[in-house]
Amino acid sequence: MPTKVDKKILDEIALSPDEYDLIERRLGREPTPVELGIFGAMWSEHCGYKHSKPLLRLFPTTGERVLISLGEENAGVVDIGDGQAVVMKIESHNHPSAIEPFQGAATGVGGIIRDIFTMGARPIALLNSLRFGPLDDSRNRFLFNGVVAGIAAYGNCMGLPTVAGEVYFDPTYTQNPLVNAMCVGLAQAGSLIRARAAGAGNSLLLVGADTGRDGIHGATFASVELDDASEERRPAVQVGNPFMEKLLMEACLELLHTDYVVGMQDLGAAGLTSSIVECADKGGSGVEIDVLKVSRRERGMTPYEIMLSESQERMLVIVKQGYEDKVKAVFDRWDLHSDVIGHVTDDGMVRVREGDKVVANLPAELLTSPPTYTREVIKPAWLSKLQTFSFRRLPDIQAEPKHGAKESWGLSQSDSIKSERSANQILLRLLASPTIASKEYVYRQYDHQVLTNTVVAPGADAAVLRIKGTRKAIALTTDCNGRFCYLEPQAGGAIAVAEAARNLVCVGAKPLAVTDCLNFGNPEKPDIYYQLDQVVRGMAEACRTLDTPVISGNVSLYNETNGEAVHPTPVVGMVGLIDDLDRICRPAFQQEGDFVLMLGGAPSRGADDAALAGSEYASLVHDKLAGRPQIDLDLESRLQSCCLQAIHQRLIKSAHDCAEGGLAVALAESCIAGHIGFKDWSLAWDGRNDAALFGEAQSRIIVSLAPGMVSKMIDLARAARVPVTKLGTVGGDRLVIEGHIDLSVRELEQVWRSALESAVQAS
Amino acid sequence: MKFGVIVFPGTWSDRDCYHVLKEIYGLDVDYVWHKEQDLSAYDCVILPGGFSYGDYLRCGAVARFSPVMEGVKRMADEGKLVFGICNGFQILCEAGLLPGTLIVNNHLQFRCAWSNLRVEQNNTPFTSACRPGQVIGVPIAHGQGNYFAEPGVLSALESEGRVVFRYATATGEVTSAANPNGSLNGIAGIVNAHRNVLGMMPHPERCSEALLGGSDGRFIWDSILRHLAPTP
Repeated sequence: MPTKVDKKILDEIALSPDEYDLIERRLGREPTPVELGIFGAMWSEHCGYKHSKPLLRLFPTTGERVLISLGEENAGVVDIGDGQAVVMKIESHNHPSAIEPFQGAATGVGGIIRDIFTMGARPIALLNSLRFGPLDDSRNRFLFNGVVAGIAAYGNCMGLPTVAGEVYFDPTYTQNPLVNAMCVGLAQAGSLIRARAAGAGNSLLLVGADTGRDGIHGATFASVELDDASEERRPAVQVGNPFMEKLLMEACLELLHTDYVVGMQDLGAAGLTSSIVECADKGGSGVEIDVLKVSRRERGMTPYEIMLSESQERMLVIVKQGYEDKVKAVFDRWDLHSDVIGHVTDDGMVRVREGDKVVANLPAELLTSPPTYTREVIKPAWLSKLQTFSFRRLPDIQAEPKHGAKESWGLSQSDSIKSERSANQILLRLLASPTIASKEYVYRQYDHQVLTNTVVAPGADAAVLRIKGTRKAIALTTDCNGRFCYLEPQAGGAIAVAEAARNLVCVGAKPLAVTDCLNFGNPEKPDIYYQLDQVVRGMAEACRTLDTPVISGNVSLYNETNGEAVHPTPVVGMVGLIDDLDRICRPAFQQEGDFVLMLGGAPSRGADDAALAGSEYASLVHDKLAGRPQIDLDLESRLQSCCLQAIHQRLIKSAHDCAEGGLAVALAESCIAGHIGFKDWSLAWDGRNDAALFGEAQSRIIVSLAPGMVSKMIDLARAARVPVTKLGTVGGDRLVIEGHIDLSVRELEQVWRSALESAVQAS
Repeated sequence: MKFGVIVFPGTWSDRDCYHVLKEIYGLDVDYVWHKEQDLSAYDCVILPGGFSYGDYLRCGAVARFSPVMEGVKRMADEGKLVFGICNGFQILCEAGLLPGTLIVNNHLQFRCAWSNLRVEQNNTPFTSACRPGQVIGVPIAHGQGNYFAEPGVLSALESEGRVVFRYATATGEVTSAANPNGSLNGIAGIVNAHRNVLGMMPHPERCSEALLGGSDGRFIWDSILRHLAPTP
């Protein structure tokens, strides 16, 4: 059946002709232009999850601590005891940041903060997970600097600490950076606010910024691929005003202490449209608004523009009938403008008026139930080929001859040591790789201490925030390795979850729950759909095994530029609980003579290929992205509970996840953090040197402990069926792995600390 | 002995300062809304950090017109204690209660990091618990903390002993490497001529509990308490 509307109009709002026909059939009439715009926004992938919803159902979403879970509200909520709850969510702002990095990132932060205080929680922390192309490209440097400055500008002005996150660099993100922002709030479990338009006759109060023409079609923009014309979509990027948001936050939190309010909903993607539709749908009610009552920034705005504007820093408050003036008085005190723009009805319809004229009249339920698509899952042939790659085809690192050479190390520098491929040089190159190097250049631009809760600051495995008035603390992290997900999506998805949990365990926290941001290419392409399907399955399995349900999240598809998709990048944000502030662990080696053990699998010949697959070493030294990463989730689970017990029983003094750059980098980081060396290497292996030193096999934690605790630690590990291996001892001022590495901690630190800033400044 | 913590629109260190005074020291403290004018109940007011009015203009340039500033000036005139931290320091400069101004950091970025401060003067109500030359670790968090003043103003500050804190190395040397923002003479904090108004860019409220990585901020709070309630 040929549709009556122009394909060009449908393209503009990213609806397919089939979807248009479905709308017409369900409505029994042609939609008005305003209605069509509303459908375009609500049925976009960004709001409607057309391609991802069936897959998201695979996630475990319940658990004994889960109070509000995936899809129920603006953010997920977990119980942390004593009547307190943690509210959290992560969200992408990739496309706006690709076009205008400063404002794109800033408004991404602003949006996620609103999601948290909308629920009646006071935001206490921000995190962000960033991906860029290599810094030797000037456009990538522009994007990187702009995004970091934008996050800093918004978060710092709001007075919220940015406490953790990650920054990766890989050519796959060159045109399409990923900017995922996460916010965490603290609430009283009993006083959460729902995004519900309940109670016919109650008023809809729009508060905050006036509505302008900025950001129209932002939700649609987020749901198409970027191309060379994307620059022209710059008007779809909004401009943030963190000061206004700070006032909104304080005023909304003040309303918590009243009983004037039925619900709250922020205005995010698709602005007023999604805001009223979602709260009507969740409230099982209807809404009616008049666009002429919306305060506007400019003259001549059409109902279409008012409904789809994504002007920032606006909130919709559902006020009990008769209490409008009292609520307005609270906003007035904060110098915030508010207008009653409509009311709650009970007919299930979303009705938009322009004065006397009805310009849209649609069933809320229809708007929130777009068609969903599932596709056949077919493994791409190119992937099978990549996975079967054997690293035997690449040269290994040569060990130093044992006799006599040791004394001269670091002094005379024998030829093999100086060679590009010596373990010494490779370790330095890895530490200088912007993905591994210290991110101090980034996080010193973020206020990470305000609110005075930050006990473990950025730079450790996870951040730790104390909960004032208790002995408790929470730990926060984000994690994802896109290379693993590219090479073996299912294992990669599982690894993202496992590694986030491992990060929390390393600081002594029990992982509680996940918020995720699925960054993928165009799901209408079979290869991308395969990645999405497999990654979600892998994540779901890991979440089940590690007992960390997914309580909130966001999907960002169409991360492609001119047909090239980014690596599948399912960023996992995770919260963990520490019962006792005295049982916090850090990565730093502490004391001369302490033993260093590895919990988890020791290197072996059979595991070399999996260890090197997707490793930073293979990319950096061999320019090779191939192989098949693996993870044993049962071992992972045992490892994590073993490490947590060791921390609780005060057996260990430090714990550090073994991740990008492998064992050698993990040891170097613990040395640098502790300003002390490592020696007495006592591990032998039968496989490749590079796989042992720099391979990224999963499920490994490096711990240090007093010699007197070693036997207890070994007993604990044996009881938990976790392999444990002695690596060496803490001491001296050099990192020494006999036959391979001998470098001063000072040099390691200098390289690791300065690399990112140098890379940014190089031109 | 009563403390007031002033809240401008956009202030955010208010909660941190309140926490230290109330929970760590158990003192009598109120939040004071910026529209209040009568501050006669207070012995010491704190102008905390933040981005008052968004600081989209020069930092503190709008806040100085808030009604509460009348009360703050009166307190300064009466010899009561007025303590500006970070944005509070900027506001006190804009209000003319302290000389000079704070301009954009010389590296143009916001900087959040621990800094070492050399205590230059301990004959102030804010530093009497310190030894002269003592080095204290206090975090900074600002984009515009680069202290600037005309040469005449600067030399007067120096000759009158009104530079209270200077950025320094851990061993107390004032070097350009230890200066996190380009401040003239490494200035991190100054007092007025009567020594009852202090402005400093670093945040002592962030280092008043060992759990947070350091507690040298207590030297400043202890000094204030000693001044307000001298032990007989």
